[in-house]
Amino acid sequence: MSYQFKWSVLWSGQSGYWLLQGLITTLELSALAWLLAVALGILSGALRTVPFRPLRAAATFYVEFFRNVPLLVWMFFWYFGVPPLLPRGVQDWLFDHGAEFWAGMFALGVYHGARMSEVIRSGIQSIPRTQFEASVAMGLSVWQAYRLVILPIALRLIVPPITNESLNLLKNSSVALTISVAELTFQTRQIETYTARAIEALTAGTLIYLVLCVSIAWVMSSLERRYAIPGLIARVGGAG
Amino acid sequence: MAAAIEFRQVNKWFGKLHVLVDVTLGVAPGEVVVVCGPSGSGKSTLIRCVNALERIQSGEIVVLGDSITSPRMNLTRLRTQVGMVFQSFNLFPHMTALENIMLAPMKVRNAPREDAEKTARALLLRVGIPDKAGNYPANLSGGQQQRVAIARALAMQPKIMLFDEPTSALDPEMINEVLEVMTDLAKSGMTMMVVTHEMGFARRVAHRVIFMDGGQVIEEADPETFFASPKSDRSRQFLSKILSH
Repeated sequence: MSYQFKWSVLWSGQSGYWLLQGLITTLELSALAWLLAVALGILSGALRTVPFRPLRAAATFYVEFFRNVPLLVWMFFWYFGVPPLLPRGVQDWLFDHGAEFWAGMFALGVYHGARMSEVIRSGIQSIPRTQFEASVAMGLSVWQAYRLVILPIALRLIVPPITNESLNLLKNSSVALTISVAELTFQTRQIETYTARAIEALTAGTLIYLVLCVSIAWVMSSLERRYAIPGLIARVGGAG
Repeated sequence: MAAAIEFRQVNKWFGKLHVLVDVTLGVAPGEVVVVCGPSGSGKSTLIRCVNALERIQSGEIVVLGDSITSPRMNLTRLRTQVGMVFQSFNLFPHMTALENIMLAPMKVRNAPREDAEKTARALLLRVGIPDKAGNYPANLSGGQQQRVAIARALAMQPKIMLFDEPTSALDPEMINEVLEVMTDLAKSGMTMMVVTHEMGFARRVAHRVIFMDGGQVIEEADPETFFASPKSDRSRQFLSKILSH
């Protein structure tokens, strides 16, 4: 093997700045999309279990529509499809203010929201129905029963699969490079283009994703332990 | 005096299954009624109709003077006046005993936290476990959980209490502590409908025993009459099965 590694390409020239910008964009894009996804996921996941058929149907439509179209197609849809439908002034404003970022954010958020919805629904459905009955029997409204009892229990149960989904969202934010969002993968490819150093650039990107994902997993598992329901969730190392 | 609970020609189906058949029944204020019968006889469904956990298809149910089968009835008002205790306790596992009891007064009645807590502590004292206020349900025995559940139902100061097999999920040595709380409650004048197989409780505490089978009220009598000389074959058969052990 005659390849000579040249790691200095990562901090010479503009590379370091590009990587940092890419990292920041990836974090912004993922954080906003995550908030949207969690909000949509909780809303539609909960609605799929309520005793009103029209609300269940609407939530089911959302989930099946958004999770069954590839993320890449959603990216193109929100970036190329939606703006022409908007008034001229709004279009101009959008393209002056990072339309690709917002299109990418929406695509990621609604796609992962539909997937999180199913996780949340399964969490809710794992709670005995009698918990809901006990809540409404004491006078709580259906909304209060969900907000105070059902969701607080369900959200604690589903931390591991939600962690999975959150990591997927972060990694899928790289698809936004196809609509030219200058996120981390976009920037590593830019470094590669400028330096012709593919291995070094991709290694940097890989390590950053790895560190981000491991950190998120660590934060989520501390949350899981912190909010564990006594006796309901077996803690690692606990004797039950 | 007007009845606290009145069933008038009540019919209910689960799909094709006719679970309540022409039930007509009254419960007077302060009366303790034990509902018994073989499993699947409709006794749980009967009391679950009183707080509208189950809806009926025909007939009328009047609770504390209000028809709860009318479309204009106020569900929240009904359910704050009717407390319910379940077979499976149903405490909320993410809240302490105290928080379980404080929840409804604070969220439904908007009671200030201090007042709700004071009431909750007094209720824990009343059910005999004042020292368990900070325990989560998982760290309470079955009997203690059920006593917290009773306290939780009482926190809304209901006028009627429904018990759906409150001791059926308990180990034998814990049954009495729950029955004692229920006995005290009965003595305090609470109107109670109790689905139970505890015939000793029925004998000592109930004013009336209702025997159901196949969704029908087969027999109603004061406990002495019911246990000494049940009128129908079905109630005789039922009693011979559950009293023989």
